[in-house]
Amino acid sequence: MSTLEINDLRKSFGAVEVLKNINLSARSGEFVALVGPSGCGKSTLLSMIAGLESVSSGEIRIDGHLVNDEAPKDRDIAMVFQSYALYPTMSVRQNMTFGMECRGIAKSEQEREIQRVATMLQITPLLDRKPGQLSGGQRQRVAMGRALVRDPKMFLFDEPLSNLDAKLRIEMRSEIKKLHQNVGKTTIYVTHDQIEAMTLATRIAVMNKGVLQQYDTPDEIYRRPANMFVAGFMGSPTMNFLNATVVQGRMLRLEGAEGVLLPLPENAEVADGRSVVLGVRPEHFSPLVARRSVRKGLKSVPIRAFIEMLEPTGAETILMGRVAGQQVVLTCEPDEAPTENVEAEFEIDMDRVCLFDPDTQVRL
Amino acid sequence: MADMTQRTEFDPLATGGKGRQRRARLTVYGLLGLFAAIYLMPAVIIFLNTLRPLEEIVRQGFISWPGSMSLHHWSEAWSSFCIGGTCEGVSRYFTNSLLMAVPATALSTALGLVNGYVLSKWRFRGDAWVFGVITLGVFLPAQMTLLPWAFVLGKLGLSNTISGLVLVHTVQGVSFTTLFCRNYFLNVPDDLIKAARIDGAGFWRIFRRIILPLSPPILIVTVIWQFTGIWNEFLFGTVFTSGANQPITSAIVAFSGSGTGERHYNVEAASVIMAALPPLFIYLVGGKYFVRGLTQGAVK
Ligand SMILES: Nc1ncnc2c1ncn2[C@@H]1O[C@H](COP(=O)(O)OP(=O)(O)OP(=O)(O)O)[C@@H](O)[C@H]1O
Ligand SMILES: [Mg+2]
Repeated sequence: MSTLEINDLRKSFGAVEVLKNINLSARSGEFVALVGPSGCGKSTLLSMIAGLESVSSGEIRIDGHLVNDEAPKDRDIAMVFQSYALYPTMSVRQNMTFGMECRGIAKSEQEREIQRVATMLQITPLLDRKPGQLSGGQRQRVAMGRALVRDPKMFLFDEPLSNLDAKLRIEMRSEIKKLHQNVGKTTIYVTHDQIEAMTLATRIAVMNKGVLQQYDTPDEIYRRPANMFVAGFMGSPTMNFLNATVVQGRMLRLEGAEGVLLPLPENAEVADGRSVVLGVRPEHFSPLVARRSVRKGLKSVPIRAFIEMLEPTGAETILMGRVAGQQVVLTCEPDEAPTENVEAEFEIDMDRVCLFDPDTQVRL
Repeated sequence: MADMTQRTEFDPLATGGKGRQRRARLTVYGLLGLFAAIYLMPAVIIFLNTLRPLEEIVRQGFISWPGSMSLHHWSEAWSSFCIGGTCEGVSRYFTNSLLMAVPATALSTALGLVNGYVLSKWRFRGDAWVFGVITLGVFLPAQMTLLPWAFVLGKLGLSNTISGLVLVHTVQGVSFTTLFCRNYFLNVPDDLIKAARIDGAGFWRIFRRIILPLSPPILIVTVIWQFTGIWNEFLFGTVFTSGANQPITSAIVAFSGSGTGERHYNVEAASVIMAALPPLFIYLVGGKYFVRGLTQGAVK
């Protein structure tokens, strides 16, 4: 059981600063997901925690102990790579014992550990194969097995599922979750799949361009994103951003030809005449006929949307359309979906919308 | 890796009409046969001359079918022919060449492996410069290094010794072996090294357990390259050694100036073939891997 603390961490490659002032801490047993678009510095941060990249400034502490200059092997961590990085010339068994061998653990002890982990991951029949003779999912399991045998303080995962096909990815996702529940080790998990982050993590760190945007529970991140980047990055289809102006004290006028008026969300403190961005998630629209707000006792306002295109996915139908001339994407139950090229009536859950500052992009 | 073995090659000669196929085949095999003959003819002529009596060669000329054949000249060339005053045949020089080529090949290959490992997997400030300087040796003509080497060997007391030649060939060879190995190891994913470091392996353990087991293809390339190069090398052997310490290539040249003035063409021919056998043998054993190792980065 161990904690991780990262204070004012920076990393530069030459003149390029790829991590800017990262502050992050993980409690013992926590599952932290690092998400962000490609190139935002997730892998770099993970490598620094592992000790594979040097620290430019700031500090990394494991269990309160400063590890900035400690070699990877002394940090007692295990890492699962996106490429799995299985040693190609060694059998699965040798892959798993290599770490113990380097640490001089007795053969009998090694064998016991192998059996324990192989049983847990159901890879016992594969122990004598070479990595080249395994399927993608099996390699993934072996890579996790290699991390598990040493019983390290902390697990680091770098996009471990991104090379698997969609179905296997979902299977392995729940297996990782089960594993974490069983083993209870502190885990840092890099992904750019926001669903993985939402389903697995106890806390999510959203990064963009080397800056930590928000670090909070999945629920908080989803409901109260710190800024438009986080709001847009988490959630699929992505959140709608509608330009609006505050009028008549407590009303919002959507910009566009028709000038639709909406009441301002209750807790919002914004001055009259100010421009804002109204953020509404696609699923927070619902067809008026479904009367969701009445059934669930939600506070809502009606709005008319012109529907241009339908994208049925089976479970839900995605609607592309316009509200007050601005592009929107909404989702609804397939049987409640209107037809294309009609103007349909929807309601918006006003408790769930966000307001952002159009200049700083921060949530108001 | 696995799909390499069962891939069926595309055969462009088996396309088109029957007539076109036959014409294409004839042309291709005809040309190949012609060139093979051009390259093989000298070897065949030399071989036939090892079997002919000397007076027959003198009488009929070099290019002629043997009237009578005997393997006698082979044994004479190997063990009793007189070169430069000693009458031990080429066996002595053959041994010299082995004593020179085997250690020099082993040492330069070993150094190349380590250099390539460091330069591809343990990057440091200025590594590109170091690599550049090492590989500069590939482009330096050997003649340029003669004087410096003579100086160094003299200082070390290694003039006219086989150890001296081993040193020269090892150092000269490191440029090539480093270039080969470094480029090969670039294809080994860095993640393997990172995983091993997290697993707790150090510099040498990673080399031994991860890099070396991946190296056979490039090992074969460098060994063949180095062995044939060092065995066939002639300039350093001639300049830095003399008499009984010469490698076989230099000794064979010394034939022409040996003894009575009479040329023993049949014995010389046998010696030449003997001198050519080891590289040929190495190539026959490893040639298949040689071509493969040169063209693919076989790590996945
Ligand atoms: N050794 C290096 N030298 C110079 N720049 C580097 C180096 N390693 C990474 N970078 C840069 O640092 C930035 C962050 O890279 P990193 O690999 O951490 O991104 P990432 O968030 O993991 O992206 P992805 O999701 O694509 O894996 C990138 O812009 C990358 O080009
Ligand atoms: Mg990455």
